[in-house]
Amino acid sequence: MVEEISSTPAGDIIINVGPQHPATHGVLHLVITINGETIQKVEPHLGFIHRSIEKMCESLSYRQFIYVTSRMDYLSSHINNHACALCVEKGMQVEIPSRAQVIRILMDELTRIASHELWWGAMAMDLGAFTPFFHAFREREAINDIMEETCGARLTMNYMVPGGVMQDIHPNFQRRVKDFIALYKSKINEYSEMVTGNIIFQNRMKGVGFLSAADAISFGCTGPTARGSGVSCDIRKLYPYEIYEQLEFDEILETGGDSFSRYMVRVREMNQSVRIIEQLIDNIPEGDFQAKTKAVLKLPKGEFYQRVETARGELGVYIVSEGGATPYRIKFRSPGFSNLSALDHMARGSKLGDLVAMMGTLDLVIPDIDR
Amino acid sequence: MTNEIVQQKITELSPTIAFEEGSQWLTLQVESANWHMLATQLRQQEDLCFDYLFCLTCIDWKSHLTMVYHLDSTNYRHNIVVKVKLDKTNPAIETVSDIWKTANFHEREVYEMFGVNFLHHPDLRLLILPDGWEGKKPMLKDFEDPINMIKL
Repeated sequence: MVEEISSTPAGDIIINVGPQHPATHGVLHLVITINGETIQKVEPHLGFIHRSIEKMCESLSYRQFIYVTSRMDYLSSHINNHACALCVEKGMQVEIPSRAQVIRILMDELTRIASHELWWGAMAMDLGAFTPFFHAFREREAINDIMEETCGARLTMNYMVPGGVMQDIHPNFQRRVKDFIALYKSKINEYSEMVTGNIIFQNRMKGVGFLSAADAISFGCTGPTARGSGVSCDIRKLYPYEIYEQLEFDEILETGGDSFSRYMVRVREMNQSVRIIEQLIDNIPEGDFQAKTKAVLKLPKGEFYQRVETARGELGVYIVSEGGATPYRIKFRSPGFSNLSALDHMARGSKLGDLVAMMGTLDLVIPDIDR
Repeated sequence: MTNEIVQQKITELSPTIAFEEGSQWLTLQVESANWHMLATQLRQQEDLCFDYLFCLTCIDWKSHLTMVYHLDSTNYRHNIVVKVKLDKTNPAIETVSDIWKTANFHEREVYEMFGVNFLHHPDLRLLILPDGWEGKKPMLKDFEDPINMIKL
């Protein structure tokens, strides 16, 4: 962990975590000031995987730019694509066929489960438990196989296009998803037996990285990070898109504000995603999977903003159009960027060993932060 | 609260504010000199309570820059968009990171990408760009990088 140590006159020590460090899950560089074992300050240095996606999008057409966004938050690439497709559709005022809407939500929720599975395995691994990682990947692989069959890719799916989805679902899709749900339900109890109920795990998580509700809002935290502090911020409930308002699911809230609360929100959220999938999987309406759109898409002059709920929180896509075939300016309000900004506040005064427990429950995906 | 009531309340706060029509959300145009005071009022006034700044960005319009703030109220669930026009030469605006803490990082990003100087910002340094970055700001429209940028 310690790459370079330098002492300051006050007796504080500055250490670097990353940019190549297993617990940062990517190329994140944290410069940490410690006094003894107590953290005084955490200073993130970003940009190691900055590709300037916003600038890149300015020279891509409205069909092309969606593919780049799969590379932002690669664990919820469906949802990124979805946000962009919705924003373009808002500008073009296209009606999406109901079949496409249902397929999109199914894909979103499968992605959310896959993302939380990976997070759960990695979280346990950060705290020293290696086995859960393999258990999580067993379920995640099942989802990736479903994705591969229908979308042709396992990670960067690029399946959502303006007007619907790229192609119809694979004939096996429904059966495979039902198989997955059966698998998931038979295994989910293992999760609580192995990790959640483990007293060592709980001791490392409880009371660590406290974030009050007011601070969570002020720092712009969203998703499970804010819901662990009791802030209601699920965009699917507050500003519903597609057919989320017709579906039955609960917004998971925990009021502890510590790492364990954030952990519990994600674990419980997976069950809600399964609940949504169960409601839809037998009720995929017949019809087109894509609305008819022109070959070259042009958005009218104006500004369009779409908010969606990714696995990490609120993703905002802000398109400024001048009426041409490419956007004039695009801004992605990424959830990880804001969530990370709360890390310094959370970590001050805690022990260095607890930092990993805090970072883990923020669920950082570095390409999402850097963009 | 509906947009009309929010508009009325904001007009009471500051009668000179211009409203923009035809957007998804109520859009305000504010002079940069008045922005910090208005932001404080928007945050603190009980019946407006815009406590969540969910997007902060900047747009380069070649002749000028526009700062765009998207605000949400977690109590009442009303949204507004605030736009502040800035000069292209030496753009500067008062920071709002003392009101919404999330602005700290977002303003640092705008500072390095667009060159907007945020006055009284607690920690205005490069965040994403490598240390010692010199030259034009990358997100400006006239930025040229013949090696790394692919023009289609």
